[in-house]
Amino acid sequence: METLQCLYKPKEYASDQEVKWCPGCGDYAIINAVQRAFSELNLKKEDTAIISGIGCSSRFPYYMDTFGFHTIHGRPAVIASGVKLANPELSVWIVSGDGDSLAIGGNHFIHLVRRNINVNLLLFNNEIYGLTKGQHSPTTKQGVHTKSAPFGTIENPFNVGELVLGSQGQFYARVPDTDVKLMASVFIEAEKHKGTSVVEILQNCVIFNDDTHASITAKENKANTQLILEHGKPMLFGENNNKGLRLNGLDLQVVTIGENGITEQDILIHDAHSKSTVLHNMLIQMKLPDFPVAMGVIRNVESSVYDEEFHRQITEGKKEGKYKTVDDLFFSGNTFEVN
Amino acid sequence: MIVESAVIKFAGDSGDGMQLVGTLFTENVALMGNAIATFPDFPSEIRAPQGTVAGVSGFQIHFGSSGVHSPGDAPDVLVAMNPAALKANIHNLKANCMILVDSDSFGKRDIDKAGFESNPLEDDSLSGYKVVAAPITSLTKAAVSELGLDNKSADRCKNMFTLGMVLWLFNEPIEYTIQYFDQKFKKKPLIGEANKKALNAGYNYALTTEIIKSAYQVLPAKNTPGTYRNMTGNQSAAWGFMAAAEKAAKPLFLGSYPITPATDIMQELAKHKWSGARVFQAEDEIAGICSAIGAAFAGNIAVTTTSGPGMALKTEAIGLAIMTELPIVIVDVQRGGPSTGLPTKTEQSDLMQAVWGRNGESPIVVLSASRPSDCFDWAYEAVRIAVEHMTPVILLTESYLGNGAEPWKIKRLAEMPAITPRTLNQADSLWKPYSRDLDKLARSWVVPGTAGMQHRIGGLEKDECTGCVSHNPLNHEKMVHIRKEKIQRIANYIPLQKYKGKDANDLLVVCWGGQFGIVLGAVMELQEENKNIAFTNFNYINPLPKNTEEIFAKFKRIIVFELNTGQFANYLRAVLPQFKYKQYNKIQGLPFTVKELKTKFNQILSES
Ligand SMILES: Cc1ncc(C[n+]2csc(CCOP(=O)(O)OP(=O)(O)O)c2C)c(N)n1
Ligand code: SF4
Repeated sequence: METLQCLYKPKEYASDQEVKWCPGCGDYAIINAVQRAFSELNLKKEDTAIISGIGCSSRFPYYMDTFGFHTIHGRPAVIASGVKLANPELSVWIVSGDGDSLAIGGNHFIHLVRRNINVNLLLFNNEIYGLTKGQHSPTTKQGVHTKSAPFGTIENPFNVGELVLGSQGQFYARVPDTDVKLMASVFIEAEKHKGTSVVEILQNCVIFNDDTHASITAKENKANTQLILEHGKPMLFGENNNKGLRLNGLDLQVVTIGENGITEQDILIHDAHSKSTVLHNMLIQMKLPDFPVAMGVIRNVESSVYDEEFHRQITEGKKEGKYKTVDDLFFSGNTFEVN
Repeated sequence: MIVESAVIKFAGDSGDGMQLVGTLFTENVALMGNAIATFPDFPSEIRAPQGTVAGVSGFQIHFGSSGVHSPGDAPDVLVAMNPAALKANIHNLKANCMILVDSDSFGKRDIDKAGFESNPLEDDSLSGYKVVAAPITSLTKAAVSELGLDNKSADRCKNMFTLGMVLWLFNEPIEYTIQYFDQKFKKKPLIGEANKKALNAGYNYALTTEIIKSAYQVLPAKNTPGTYRNMTGNQSAAWGFMAAAEKAAKPLFLGSYPITPATDIMQELAKHKWSGARVFQAEDEIAGICSAIGAAFAGNIAVTTTSGPGMALKTEAIGLAIMTELPIVIVDVQRGGPSTGLPTKTEQSDLMQAVWGRNGESPIVVLSASRPSDCFDWAYEAVRIAVEHMTPVILLTESYLGNGAEPWKIKRLAEMPAITPRTLNQADSLWKPYSRDLDKLARSWVVPGTAGMQHRIGGLEKDECTGCVSHNPLNHEKMVHIRKEKIQRIANYIPLQKYKGKDANDLLVVCWGGQFGIVLGAVMELQEENKNIAFTNFNYINPLPKNTEEIFAKFKRIIVFELNTGQFANYLRAVLPQFKYKQYNKIQGLPFTVKELKTKFNQILSES
């Protein structure tokens, strides 16, 4: 068997800084998965920039031996856009929380996705504000009691995937922080995708919102609560991998192979590359208890990429331009002599 | 009649095309080698109520062979396309000046709408002026009639008819304007033809009817020899950035969001793809500056442009640039405030915000331009300081400068000062992200992609040596002082302050920014009368030039002139408290006039 020559082992992407997340925080598993993915992708440390906002998750760049920028609350999407436009050769990763990207940075988030700049956004969704100690975020479920909503939050939460598709997003994946292998493989796909890749990570904050994703991620029943999608493969799940999804009219339906004459032929095949968002949206919307929650790469479609177009215009402008230097410009057009 | 200089003001409805006429006339006299200063003044509504004083759009231009420091206090020739335009300017006319009106637009309704009691052309109220009333609208329609244009398009040509008359009045050629139409309307030849016909008709009408008796002639200026071109402040700022990036041999990046009166800088740069300029129109001002910060982190010459309200939004990100010691330039083309304020009017009231308007101890370099053409130099200098000292730099200009135009003596890149970014391209084991140059206290610029030099920066306080996050109390105090000292030391790398008025020791007139030309003009007139008065204008606001104190100490009295309630005066009181400062302020969205300044100077000089 051919073994790939890795530039670095996963652990070699760690910086010399002590990691200071709370013991048990989901962020630890995520950083492990990122290091694993970087290693498999053979990313050069110096060609990688990790840009974060503010929040617990946003401490991430300090712990990685790449270039890193811990910026201001809500703005990593635009700072990263500037980095990528200034140097398109870099592999640019945004690390952000649900408060960072969807509350204060909501505007930048939708515009980043709409433009389709070639960066990867890892959205750590713990459905709470960690760093400011427990206020609800735009993804907190209605009715949850938080420090700033002691009688239960009355807000409607965002569904991140819907927001991504609504913003013309071409890459959206969802992963639980409990599955390092799946996270790493999805991060790899995100990096390979040209355009903005949004990976929503169901992350557990042990301190302020412990187990908010437990009904989905708990080991005991995850086979029944998670549908792990793979492009080109049937949408099967369950302990015996015999449950699946099919279309019943305009709705998705959970069926069991072998029951009511259902065979594997009836099960939908996942097409992440479909331009249509209809089925992707249905998968994104699936909720417990009637459905499993969709995981993996839900949408992965090639489309025009902002940074490529941005630099194409400049390259063409340079080729066709009348001027080569500012001197040419300054002396062009309406000038006059004074003697 | 040969005159040294003349002031002409075009005024009309905001749909009448007065800004275009003003610009075309300016281009024309610039090509003839005149000194020029312009002052476009228009309402913030795109089409303000027709025929009302609120809807009047004006463009004033002062041109001549000498003595042109400002757009002039009052016109020698006022062009008023309707009664409202006359009404808006009637309080500010020189005795015996010429008023050129479109008599077709002086119907009863127009006169009422403008707020006149009776027809000013008939009631003798203009007897002190030379009134030239021509039926401009009907003559224009007749001139273009054979082209078969619709009524509205024909009507629209009346500004060119007027321009034709004015060109004749000042003995100016019309060929340049004809060429302009040929260029501009290549794809719409009919419209181009109509404009040309109207222009010619206006010119010939003035010539043949002798409706205007004496024509003026303004001789070219005795400028320093060289090649010139006409430039607005916004255009010259954009070109200054392009020049600086080319000199520094790094790509130029602009992240910006449209706002009056700064938008033109972005639009100008967006045209010049050939230069490699990277222009990113962001979703808001925060995104504008943040994209620039990202570009600076990645090694580009990073700029963001805005005006007052946008400046307010950028505040937090400016703090990040200060903390991470990244080089970016933030241009604030000031306008009247607070809030949305007076979007199209000039003011100098963002100075405090620029110098102190952030959380925490956050020193920053503040520069200001003083003429439309020197926006070029200050944009260039802002980049030089930013990349040589690793700091964000705020460049203040004003609506008055951004929109105003004057001839610029073209420079070649080779003549401009060197720009040497503090880039470190090679791995160096001794280097730390916040290790500093001993003289400048500036750190190095190590950009992503530099092998073996990975590091992390951010908004959290960092250890003085390693740059790692630190909450150590004494370290924070030290860092606050280092950041301040770094900015102060820039005074060692900028020219000394100059003043005009060799033997004067009584009154020092101080100003900053765009009021330079007007204040200078007023001071020079008094200096010619041998008054004991001197003048100094500040472009380096923070830090101040090193000899500022020395200059101030020479004078008995110091007075600061600015378009706000005293922001620079208060700044000086804080920085150099050993002197007493008088102040003179105007907060009307309008520049100073030479007349009001002279009155004020004389008043102070007469007090003992
Ligand atoms: C301008 C600004 N407003 C507010 C804050 C305070 N703040 C810091 S982090 C945060 C929320 C973080 O939540 P999230 O993004 O979900 O990240 P987590 O800590 O949960 O990883 C807030 C409100 C700030 N730092 N800056
Ligand atoms: S507060 Fe929550 S999100 Fe923050 S480090 Fe602790 S466990 Fe993690």
